[in-house]
Amino acid sequence: MDTAEKLDKNASGRNHAEEPMIDLEEQPMQETRYPEHTVGTPFVDDPKMRLRDVDVFYGDNQAIHKVSLDIGKNEVVALIGPSGCGKSTFLRSLNRMNDTIDICRVTGELFLEDQDLYDPKMDVVELRARVGMVFQKPNPFPKSIYDNVAYGPRLHGLANKKYELDEIVETSLRKAGLWDEVKDRLHAPGTGLSGGQQQRLCIARTIAVSPEVVLMDEPCSALDPIATAKIEELIDELTESYTIAIVTHSMQQAARVSNRTAYFHLGRLIEVNDTETVFTKPEHELTEAYITGRFG
Amino acid sequence: MDRTYFGQHSSSQFNEALESIRNHLMEMGGLVEKQVVDALDALLRADSDLAEKVMQAEDKVDKLEIQIDEECARVLALRQPAASDLRLIIAVTKAVSDLERIGDESAKIAAMALQLSEEGESPRGYVEVRHIGNHVRNMLRDSLDAFARFDADKALDVAAEDNEVDLEYRSAMRSLVTFMMEDPRAISRVLNIIWSLRALERIGDHARNIAEQVIFLVKGKDVRHISMDEMEEKVKG
Repeated sequence: MDTAEKLDKNASGRNHAEEPMIDLEEQPMQETRYPEHTVGTPFVDDPKMRLRDVDVFYGDNQAIHKVSLDIGKNEVVALIGPSGCGKSTFLRSLNRMNDTIDICRVTGELFLEDQDLYDPKMDVVELRARVGMVFQKPNPFPKSIYDNVAYGPRLHGLANKKYELDEIVETSLRKAGLWDEVKDRLHAPGTGLSGGQQQRLCIARTIAVSPEVVLMDEPCSALDPIATAKIEELIDELTESYTIAIVTHSMQQAARVSNRTAYFHLGRLIEVNDTETVFTKPEHELTEAYITGRFG
Repeated sequence: MDRTYFGQHSSSQFNEALESIRNHLMEMGGLVEKQVVDALDALLRADSDLAEKVMQAEDKVDKLEIQIDEECARVLALRQPAASDLRLIIAVTKAVSDLERIGDESAKIAAMALQLSEEGESPRGYVEVRHIGNHVRNMLRDSLDAFARFDADKALDVAAEDNEVDLEYRSAMRSLVTFMMEDPRAISRVLNIIWSLRALERIGDHARNIAEQVIFLVKGKDVRHISMDEMEEKVKG
């Protein structure tokens, strides 16, 4: 039977290897488009912090453009984006840390539950006890480990008796995963600890005043992988009692620790989504480009 | 979303690694496609030399499978790919195992061709083999094209074609079984054709799997184990 001739001729074994999938070089560079509104799910029910149309200016320069975002109770929100995209500026406006910069001006609605953060009657010291902050470089006070942690509770009058203060110090150090390492040298200087221990001391100092929200500005960028893993473990445990917003340059870290991820780009909030979505199927092409390392 | 929107990765090594994986996948696809075409040819022409060739090609396909899997594992370990890069790696590792299975099925067809060239031709079934063979070959080619071009619509067409192949396979089975009842002396030769049709039908399933991976790659949606209508909705919606 001579059926072979009848085989469709054009289908005979074309080699796909000779045909490159897509010639990347020839793709024209297209104009970057910002979404009109943040894509994804920037809002949640019953948020801890409600931020609407937030603009931040440094003098005449606008660093943040109309950012609207909710930070939910007991959730970890990671803020990611290329350098200079405004994520730290935004984070700092959440406990009025930008007040220390004269030319900085913040507008929009920023609420911690039902309290307006920028209400002129707002006591900033009290606000910062409710919204604590951990910085990029560990910055313990030049005091003993004990006094570092006890400083906040003393300032805010949270403990009247010595034993009460002892208890706060111990609980905070335990929560920060540092107690076992320092319990025998509580009165040694905090600056004598290793980098990772110092950062955990700073976290203990922050949580000693029982804040509701903890802001973290690249808390692990100066730490080795082991210390980083400890801090990340700690973040996970802290979500039981606190709400956390973390700025990080490590996308893997954002992927590991956060529930939702917010992507900033040149002062705009491009996309907020469940972390899993952001890292497997981001909605916006700018997020995609950053996540896959195509710029930034 | 067009993954080439922003062009190259900031890391040229990462670019090269991804490029190399894509090229090897296409090379493997080309080899397997040729295996299928040759196996059909060998069966239809009772060409035992060609059948031997198909079986020998397996070795090269297997080596490529291992190589591509190693490359993918390396990218996962060293680059921690995310978003479309991650989906590419996942889709490639799955498509590679489907391609390898298609190679296996081609070898089975080639083995049937060898037997038929020794025993003499089957009195029936060649029309069906040619017809379903053409279908399946087009499906494989289109699924590889869709992979190469990130074309989810074409992948959807492949999935639709698989349903047709399944229908034709069932009807061919019925007519061949009827024929064997009428002429029991031909059973052993007709069985060789039936096994070949079975292999072709499986190749169609694997081509459909590859197409489903293309949809996952392009749209980020898992379309396995759902009806054609649902699949269409996920791709278009």
